[in-house]
Amino acid sequence: MSAILKLPAWLRWPLYVLVGIFVLTVVQSISDTERLTQVATAREMLRFSVPIFLAGLGGLFSERSGVVNIGLEGMLILGMWFGAWGSIEYGAWAGLAIGMAGGALGGLLHAIATVSFGVDHIISGVAINILAPALTRFLADEVWESPTTSPRTESVGDWDVPFLAGGTIFGNETPDILLSIGQTEIWFVHDVAQLLRGLLRGTHFVSYFAILLVPITTWIVWRTRFGLRLRIAGEDPVAGAAQGINITRYKYVAVILSGVLAGLGGAFISTELSGLFQGGNSAGRGFIGLAALIFGNWRPGGVLIGALLFGYVFGLDLRDLDGTASHAMLLVNTIALVGVGAWALSRNRTTDAILAGILGTLSFIWWVSSDTVPSWWSNILPFVLVLLVLVFFAQRLRMPAALGMPFRKGDS
Amino acid sequence: MIRRIAFIAAAPLAAFALTLVISSLALVVFGSNPIDAFSDMIGHASELETQVDILNRATPLYLSAVAAAIGFRMNLFNIGVEGQYLFGYIIAAQVGTMLALPAIIHIPVILITAMITGGLFAAIAGILKVTRGVNEVISTIMLNSIAVAGIIAALQGRWQPEQEEFTATTLGTAPIDDTGLLPNINGLVEIFTREIEQGGELTGMLLVAIGVGVAYHLLLTRMRFGFDLRASGLNPFAARAGGVAPKQMIVAAMFLSGAVAGLIGMVELAEEGRFPADPIQGLGFAGIAVALLGRNHPGGMAFSALLFAFLDVSAGILQSTQTATKEIVNIMQGIVLLAAVIAYGITKRVQTREEARATAEALQSVETNTEVTV
Repeated sequence: MSAILKLPAWLRWPLYVLVGIFVLTVVQSISDTERLTQVATAREMLRFSVPIFLAGLGGLFSERSGVVNIGLEGMLILGMWFGAWGSIEYGAWAGLAIGMAGGALGGLLHAIATVSFGVDHIISGVAINILAPALTRFLADEVWESPTTSPRTESVGDWDVPFLAGGTIFGNETPDILLSIGQTEIWFVHDVAQLLRGLLRGTHFVSYFAILLVPITTWIVWRTRFGLRLRIAGEDPVAGAAQGINITRYKYVAVILSGVLAGLGGAFISTELSGLFQGGNSAGRGFIGLAALIFGNWRPGGVLIGALLFGYVFGLDLRDLDGTASHAMLLVNTIALVGVGAWALSRNRTTDAILAGILGTLSFIWWVSSDTVPSWWSNILPFVLVLLVLVFFAQRLRMPAALGMPFRKGDS
Repeated sequence: MIRRIAFIAAAPLAAFALTLVISSLALVVFGSNPIDAFSDMIGHASELETQVDILNRATPLYLSAVAAAIGFRMNLFNIGVEGQYLFGYIIAAQVGTMLALPAIIHIPVILITAMITGGLFAAIAGILKVTRGVNEVISTIMLNSIAVAGIIAALQGRWQPEQEEFTATTLGTAPIDDTGLLPNINGLVEIFTREIEQGGELTGMLLVAIGVGVAYHLLLTRMRFGFDLRASGLNPFAARAGGVAPKQMIVAAMFLSGAVAGLIGMVELAEEGRFPADPIQGLGFAGIAVALLGRNHPGGMAFSALLFAFLDVSAGILQSTQTATKEIVNIMQGIVLLAAVIAYGITKRVQTREEARATAEALQSVETNTEVTV
């Protein structure tokens, strides 16, 4: 175990993911479902994850600069409307850009309220979350004569990765390596290949961009002067100001950027995920993005893993009409809880271990005593997951030191 | 004193003026006449029946605002009022169905059930916060989704009365006996006014809401618990040093907040007589807005609940008169909230500065006086 912890993060996380897939494969081989590792499951996972991830990454910029942002949900909703409107009026790519601008507007409002006027960050966020749906209802009613739905939107489309997933290069077909592996019956290997193929075939451009944002964000926030100053604004703004850094400006940039990212997530929902603007289709993804941010300990890679985890549960639920896959997930939950319990024991955290043990047992009893789970359980599973993750890991997380604190020029 | 009142009133008035300007602009841009729209709204609001509608709408909004305010007063953000009231609502409706009691017991049992259910559900977030360090903003949001998407759906399916013919529609819970339904208070109002026509019924929960408002006021100004609550909100470290147990306070405040939230659904329960298939939603978030606009003050929240209720009721009026899109009222609610929140931020700063200046002047005069005596 300690050997694994010594590995660099870029190697450690893929290892964890492989372990996760291994658990899924084991569970699948003793249940009556094949959905846990299907290509389509991975594809839905990614589609559901992208808006969550983009909102969470937006939250990362904002919160690294010290501004709590629960207005992400509202910014996402603004992005949904503006993205749909831009896509219908000016085409798919313009839609994305206009969606980002819409989100940026929400970010700007939040920055004005919190940074310039010292409004409590959560209060301002709540206000934006109330204003945004109202504004989009009004605009939708005026523009499309229905407060809740728009006409179909245009998507920028998707792309298959050549060689791995059979994409084309300049019109020439390439082999679909992952398909070939996926068609073999090699245990575990073909499951990994299927899941990977789901990520690389028929994937939306924004999804690729979102994944690229992980290294880009890491580089910006931890390797550039801009990022250093951004983090100073969130860790110790007084010290930063003493060094002559314009803290206010960095907070503004960060919060607007968080609106841009959440707006992109919203535009993705209305142009790709739903194919139209529909009131209520944000489905709390801004909030779940915030949960992914906390789950990921305010780091881009962690946010992505969190978003994929929540997206997996949502994506599985969507295709699981008879409830068998959700039933199999009960066993996955059990194994995960046992794992958490063992980990807690190894750290002498008895309470955690007992808690994990009890929850794991309950989950196991449910799995044994039933064949399917009711649909309401699959609906709430992502939210239960968020709570469980926070219950076990909230105290291990380290948020920016000056998060949520007001700062004014001249403070000391 | 006048100065102080002007100070308190300036921010909301400025916010409201700004809201009128922005929403008028929005209406003009989209080709409606704002003056027609506003005069329609005000014209209808002067009728007794519309006023009853406004009060019926303001009652749950006010309860929701008090629920949120109890948390806000100690810097505890209970965003989960929505889930708490729906959960309390359905449990109370089911308990009410199962009982056959005289009204004098039946009604209180239902109300108290709703309060306890809402309170316990909210307390989960408090317990998670003090034992596991889970931020209450995230946990209440998640518990919202769990209540709305999960628990309510599951219970609704289980508790719906058996139908003689199979239909796909859900009915909600079985109807409650009349003894369990809070009567309307038309008679009380008609003493002062003419008879309420068009079948309007003023909800009896209005009296409960007023009672809750008074209790909230007394709690904050006259009771030890309220003092501890405010102290914990202003300075948790000082409060702790002063002997306030922070963990118990958090759980107790969340419970109390959820208990008041449980009452929100009782307004509709008294009208519908059951937990309906499509219960009223969104009151939790609206209540947060009302609490913020009313600055957690019992009177301020009453005023803003009436304002929000007036706007909500006006939506229906605009829809029938067609002078403007009814969505404009939601915009007005959103803008007035954001503008007020910013305006409060500004007045707070001005106030701090003025106080600092006053203190400095006072200090200076003390110093000069000392010199004179020396």
